[in-house]
Amino acid sequence: MAELLQRIADRKDVEAFRRLFETFGPRVKSYMMRQGADAATAEELMQEALLTVWRKAALYSSEKGNASTWIFAIARNLRIDRLRRETVFQELPDAYAELASEEALPDETAVLGERQRRIRAALDELPEEQRAIIMLSFVDGLSHSEIAEQTGLALGTVKSRMRLAYQKLRDQIEDLAE
Amino acid sequence: MSILHHPDAATLMSFAGGGLAAPLAAVVASHMALCPRCRNDVARLTEIGAAAFATAPPEPVEHPIPIMLLRATEAEITGGHAERPEPPDSDVPPAIAQFVGARLDAIQWRRLGIGIWHMPIHLGGAQRGDLRLLKIAPGRPMPEHGHRGAELTLVLAGRYRDEVGEFARGDVADLDEEVEHRPVSDAVEGCICLIASERRARFTGMLGRVLQPLTGM
Repeated sequence: MAELLQRIADRKDVEAFRRLFETFGPRVKSYMMRQGADAATAEELMQEALLTVWRKAALYSSEKGNASTWIFAIARNLRIDRLRRETVFQELPDAYAELASEEALPDETAVLGERQRRIRAALDELPEEQRAIIMLSFVDGLSHSEIAEQTGLALGTVKSRMRLAYQKLRDQIEDLAE
Repeated sequence: MSILHHPDAATLMSFAGGGLAAPLAAVVASHMALCPRCRNDVARLTEIGAAAFATAPPEPVEHPIPIMLLRATEAEITGGHAERPEPPDSDVPPAIAQFVGARLDAIQWRRLGIGIWHMPIHLGGAQRGDLRLLKIAPGRPMPEHGHRGAELTLVLAGRYRDEVGEFARGDVADLDEEVEHRPVSDAVEGCICLIASERRARFTGMLGRVLQPLTGM
């Protein structure tokens, strides 16, 4: 996937973009519907997100992150702006990469693809009660109190499950970096 | 000086997931500009978010993007990496500089009480909660308040101390409703903070309490 994005960046490769669209378009659309967009609005936002990928591909460096992380961040920011109608304070991953170089993430594209696979596997291994909260936070984009409301859990329980889940996932990611 | 107090991992997770209310997100982004550790945590959390995002069931797409549209926007792709403008000589984090200007000493403070000034920040849109800068004169207790809902405080200048410890530039207090605390600003430097609250009404209540002893209401 990172390779497709690089081809878009380097050569404005329409075929590479079409393949990226086939993979990520349906996911971005589903992601928008999770925050309450109807199908038509979700389709529009998906198109806008993917066009942003196309337009800003030159900003993307495969050395600094992988394609799905970059596309997730674009879709997340669009969702905050259009569906939440709030100011976006989250930067796309590239913006902070240089500053964060001290403990930089490994930069080989191959490792990053592997990294995403390993993170997905680690997500699957989480206890269901933690995994469910992670999905509500990242996929449904809910705040702590919205998650508490939806699940009927105490706010403190929601937050402690998030902390525990992150601890486990972080340990897995750190193992990867070695 | 290194930063000792960071936002809760659950707060960073909510930030990376996009669910954190914008006023709180403004404080997290401002802290991140000063804190490499939290930049790394948010980078990792965003990767985790991407992995979670990839597991959501796909929704069939009706219309592919027309090639014509891609061709029409091609010109924008050619520029290579965009140059980020050099930040001006600034002690205000970029996230909020767009609202309050780049320098703390140029802020038009509004007096809130004896030794307390503030500068409300209006983010526009459907703002959930409250965001403002607060300036406390040296050696004064900060507004006392309990919390209902999350509250984030980032020190931008000077320092304060409470039951938890000392908070200086870059430090964040990430508090929920459980916490009652009595911060006191530094006897020499005073303190300038960026404070976000998830609930508007409660914060107004807090300011009410600041004013209460002064007005005798």
